[in-house]
Amino acid sequence: MASAFEYAPAPESRSVVDIAPSYGLFIDGEFTEAADGKVFKTVSPSTEEVLSEVAQAGQADVDRAVKAARKAFGKWSALPGSERAKYLFRIARIIQERSRELAVLETLDNGKPIKETRDADLPLVAAHFFYYAGWADKLDHAGYGANPRPLGVAGQVIPWNFPLLMLAWKIAPALATGNTVVLKPAETTPLSALFFADICRQAGLPKGVVNILTGYGDAGEALVTHPDVNKVAFTGSTAVGKAIARSVAGTDKKVTLELGGKGANIVFDDAPVDQAVEGIVTGIFFNQGQVCCAGSRLLVQESVRDEVLDALKRRLSTLRLGDPLDKNTDIGAINSAEQLARITALAETGEAEGAERWTAPCELPSSGYWFAPTLFTNVTQAHTVARDEIFGPVLSVLTFRTPDEAVAKANNTQYGLSAGIWTEKGSRILAVAGKLRAGVVWANTFNKFDPTSPFGGYKESGYGREGGRHGLEAYLDV
Amino acid sequence: MSDREPNHGDAERRLGVFKTYKLYVGGKFPRSESGRVYEVTDSKGAWLANAPKSSRKDARDAVVAARKAFGGWSGATAYNRGQVLYRVAEMLEGRREQFVREVAAAEGLSKSKAGAVVDAAIDRWVWYAGWTDKIGQIAGGANPVAGPFLNLSTPEPTGVVAVLAPQGSSLLGLVSVVAPVIATGNTAVVVASADAPLPALSLGEVLATSDVPGGVVNILTGATAEIAAPLAAHQDVNAIDLTGADAALAKELEIAAADNLKRVLRPRDVDADGGDWLASPGTHRLTAFLETKTVWHPTGALGAAGSSY
Repeated sequence: MASAFEYAPAPESRSVVDIAPSYGLFIDGEFTEAADGKVFKTVSPSTEEVLSEVAQAGQADVDRAVKAARKAFGKWSALPGSERAKYLFRIARIIQERSRELAVLETLDNGKPIKETRDADLPLVAAHFFYYAGWADKLDHAGYGANPRPLGVAGQVIPWNFPLLMLAWKIAPALATGNTVVLKPAETTPLSALFFADICRQAGLPKGVVNILTGYGDAGEALVTHPDVNKVAFTGSTAVGKAIARSVAGTDKKVTLELGGKGANIVFDDAPVDQAVEGIVTGIFFNQGQVCCAGSRLLVQESVRDEVLDALKRRLSTLRLGDPLDKNTDIGAINSAEQLARITALAETGEAEGAERWTAPCELPSSGYWFAPTLFTNVTQAHTVARDEIFGPVLSVLTFRTPDEAVAKANNTQYGLSAGIWTEKGSRILAVAGKLRAGVVWANTFNKFDPTSPFGGYKESGYGREGGRHGLEAYLDV
Repeated sequence: MSDREPNHGDAERRLGVFKTYKLYVGGKFPRSESGRVYEVTDSKGAWLANAPKSSRKDARDAVVAARKAFGGWSGATAYNRGQVLYRVAEMLEGRREQFVREVAAAEGLSKSKAGAVVDAAIDRWVWYAGWTDKIGQIAGGANPVAGPFLNLSTPEPTGVVAVLAPQGSSLLGLVSVVAPVIATGNTAVVVASADAPLPALSLGEVLATSDVPGGVVNILTGATAEIAAPLAAHQDVNAIDLTGADAALAKELEIAAADNLKRVLRPRDVDADGGDWLASPGTHRLTAFLETKTVWHPTGALGAAGSSY
């Protein structure tokens, strides 16, 4: 869309972050090479520039890290909760101090807009540590009986869509409850976890309490299947989640899984259209739609379909796609070439199956991985784009006539992570929310997160909850 | 020559500068409007300072300041209040040596015992910093009423709380009664230990540099009964913590407090002089100054044709 007022570039400075040419694994408080010396490169998805070379963990490294975590567990779990709390408060404060540096780093390694890392990811990361710090000496009050005990060594595998936030969701409750951890970040976004290792050093965290293994799926598999791991926490795809569920069968390992989603965003005819459109945009285009709880299915009441779609297309035409470090950028890069290929293939399937495709008019940069905001209309429940998680900036639009039909369609999925409801009528919000089989329901808002609020899915979106008082249970022997 | 800091051990080289101890009201450091002071001595009787002797008018001014601060403080997010309370711990840690000296002088403790008390006082701020965003999850919740309603109970701060700090524990006891009151969003008018008021007045300086908004905590020194009586009878005070009152005074104040049905926290045995302020505090001081608000909302029904919800 032509604009009378062009934006001048407003890039955030890269100089605030100093990325080393190479990084080792963080085991027992030291950076160390992989046992077999393997390394891999991490690139900036918006430019394909190599940012750094990091060690690639293998089975021997997993063994070493689990051993270090086991060794550290005795002393760490025996500390008074008030002392563990103070370590976590220190970490929270250091994250706050270094949040601009970490935001720029995350944007470089992940490709998401600086607006999001600066205003969403980092504040939530610090808040998560702050919240769970406070629980460390209050576990007796958490509703799990007197003196609840930690599990031991937690093996944690996290995705690339919110690298540091997912780390916080995993590590903060684990440490607060007295566990030690071995965490594997995703292979495309290893850097913020390695910077977190440095924060642990600054906080004076005892060696071995946090161990970071960068690497691929094989390292993750070796970690979750390691016999000396007591707790497995995984955020990622439903297929891998199911494989993990099979692999822990017959063991004593406690497991939480936070997997895929196909969230329905239900817009009733009395909803204020402009607010709903903002919510739809936030729901599916936040983080380029690479969000497990994205509102990727728009269910709009038939009588307002045209009005909502017109307003939505108008709004999408104003989104700015480009340099993630630019403070005006709304849509950043897709995280990897592989993910871009998956999104592209699913969108092509949508067209092939007869759905109508609309793409926001925006120019894509010549290097890097990009996908323009895309809508599919004339979508039926049988279409692949209405059933499969696309994990990209692609919204499928369906319609309904009655609240019953909206609920039936919203629940017609293997997933059950999130949903949205847009209506002015409070009783309808609560009636619909009561029928939805989803772990998080947002009413007249979307994609809101808070450390005090439990998050997690029904059905094949996984089990267990992260966040809030409920999030403690996953790390306690209760 | 008194034993008072900062000329301690250094008297021959230079003469130290004494601090004028002043009240802490509305974020400022006024003298008593009455112009009165009283002599504060250490446990051996040596002069430490002339502390302000607060009047009824000072008490009323403090209530006005506390009321004015209530809207902002109670309206702040629990997360924000937690950050501010944690900041108090950070600031107190930075002044640890000063408070060790003051507590040692005030309570006649050895340096190491005073150190343990100050450490516990710092950690107590951390304990309550963590409660700000959790007490609602413990003390509130959804109620499964037998009908198509969402029914949600949420704790809310009761308002302005008058706090009679314990007489025998000048810092740890003081922090232990003040922090839980403000953690949940109340504002406080605090009457410090009469005989050992100096750590309390110095704590005011810590609060003033800790992002605690002015008026959230107001600290008065003087004769406990003289200041407490107008507070207990004040119509714009919502609750009173009687910890620092003896049995006779506590009864008298509780009778006065009944006039506008103030919430009253009676002194407990553990609060008496020599009581163990080092013990884990639990949650009763948080819940004592909370109201419970319960909201009902119909959940409706979807209806077969979507005609009713």
